[in-house]
Amino acid sequence: MSPALPKIRVRGLAKAFGTKAVLDGVDLDIAAGTSMVVIGGSGSGKSVLLRCILGLIEPDAGSIEIDGVDVLKLDRHARETVNARIGMLFQAAALFDSLTVWENVAFGLLARRSVARAEARRRADEVLAQVGLDASVGDLAPSELSGGMQKRVGLARAIAAQPEILFFDEPTTGLDPIMGAVIDGLIVDCVKRLGSTAIAITHDMASATRIGDRAAMLYGGRIVWEGPAAEVLSSGNALVDQFTHGRRDGPIQMQLRR
Amino acid sequence: MRVSPLDAVAAVGRGTIGAVRGTGAAALFGGVGLSHLVRPPFYGRMFARSFVEFAYFSLPVVALTAVFSGMVIALQSYTGFSRFNAESAVASVVALSVVRELAPVLAALLVAGRVGAAMAAELGTMRVTDQIDALTTLSTNPVKYLVTPRLLAGVLALPLLAVVADIIGVAGGFIVATVKLGFSPHLYLSSTFDILTTSDIVVGLAKAGVFGFIIALMGCYHGYNSKGGAEGVGAATTSAVVSASILILAFDYVMTELFFAR
Repeated sequence: MSPALPKIRVRGLAKAFGTKAVLDGVDLDIAAGTSMVVIGGSGSGKSVLLRCILGLIEPDAGSIEIDGVDVLKLDRHARETVNARIGMLFQAAALFDSLTVWENVAFGLLARRSVARAEARRRADEVLAQVGLDASVGDLAPSELSGGMQKRVGLARAIAAQPEILFFDEPTTGLDPIMGAVIDGLIVDCVKRLGSTAIAITHDMASATRIGDRAAMLYGGRIVWEGPAAEVLSSGNALVDQFTHGRRDGPIQMQLRR
Repeated sequence: MRVSPLDAVAAVGRGTIGAVRGTGAAALFGGVGLSHLVRPPFYGRMFARSFVEFAYFSLPVVALTAVFSGMVIALQSYTGFSRFNAESAVASVVALSVVRELAPVLAALLVAGRVGAAMAAELGTMRVTDQIDALTTLSTNPVKYLVTPRLLAGVLALPLLAVVADIIGVAGGFIVATVKLGFSPHLYLSSTFDILTTSDIVVGLAKAGVFGFIIALMGCYHGYNSKGGAEGVGAATTSAVVSASILILAFDYVMTELFFAR
């Protein structure tokens, strides 16, 4: 594999819902072992971009390469093999209500029948410890957990199979600032420990600078700026500056009516 | 705004196309779900959970409905037949109507309201809270994990419920006939066993199996494809129960026409 080959390469990605073009030629490279934060307003297509890369939404045009392989051309079985290398933390954690916490964390192991239930439980307890949760939490139902704990369990489930790639969809939404910082810290620790490549989408600027090595802004269906995450608050790009500083006036016109 | 007569034609056309499209999509969905029965892995725990929900937890409501239905048929048929001095036919009417029709149909309609609705609500909630997408990200085929075990559970559980409803429904008629109407217990039972043939029982159970598939398919299809948050989940639940109930009655007619019409 060429050292210059990015872990994830997106080219010309387009997706429209009806007449509304949400993604209109997105180009994005994410180098192996780095964390990319994609920022953008509500409805700008961040989640659609992530779901296209995950294979949950089929794009209208473009290519998505993971390790140089265009995953859009893979059959379902091959796609599942690729997904086995990816972990995802959903915005609302998306824990399975009908399973206990430990069964959620060990779901990938149990579903693939790769280990016995006793071993899966032991591994789940280990991963729960990595996200700061006691093994006793494993016997609870997801509905018995607070929002912050659900996010931790969602993170534990995402990292349980030690994925090469991690996706985070609005990881701090709905959390207080302290819990948001705790979750961000756990995300950074997990990504560094696993050596994973990560993509996070957020409009929480504090979270973006904590999680990301690099940042990109999605606007009008395209990536309009990309640079080091540390510079996101002083990018010099009018679109990014208006968004990151939350100014009403500027080149971004909020659509208040459809 | 003026309404053109063609608008009505267009509305009928849209409705027809929508119904045909929905029927095709549900049939494909069911076909894909069934195809996973022969493609491992099979999720035994999900099957066991669905089977218990279908069969065990539906037993009380099905049993109560069956016993009262059997009792009512005994009373009503006695009232009607006594006008023609044909009271002796009560046992036959109770047995045939319970085993051929009432047990499978009533059990299915009750299970459609109980389990079909719960199934659509559960899968609908999983859809709108990203749990179904989470399955995909965990390299698990959502249809294989969520739909296939439920389809199999429906097909296997409903005949069992129908057997229970057969026995309890006939027992209900027996109780009313012997306690209230003065029938001889021995004669009532011998009339019951004489009139029933193997095909009555087998076709009744086959109907129940088909109805079980319909309930599971409609519950899964509408729940799996629900959209739009809590309102969408509510709409999916309603659609699952209504469509399953209509299909149960329609398929009951078709199967009766196929197997019992002379």
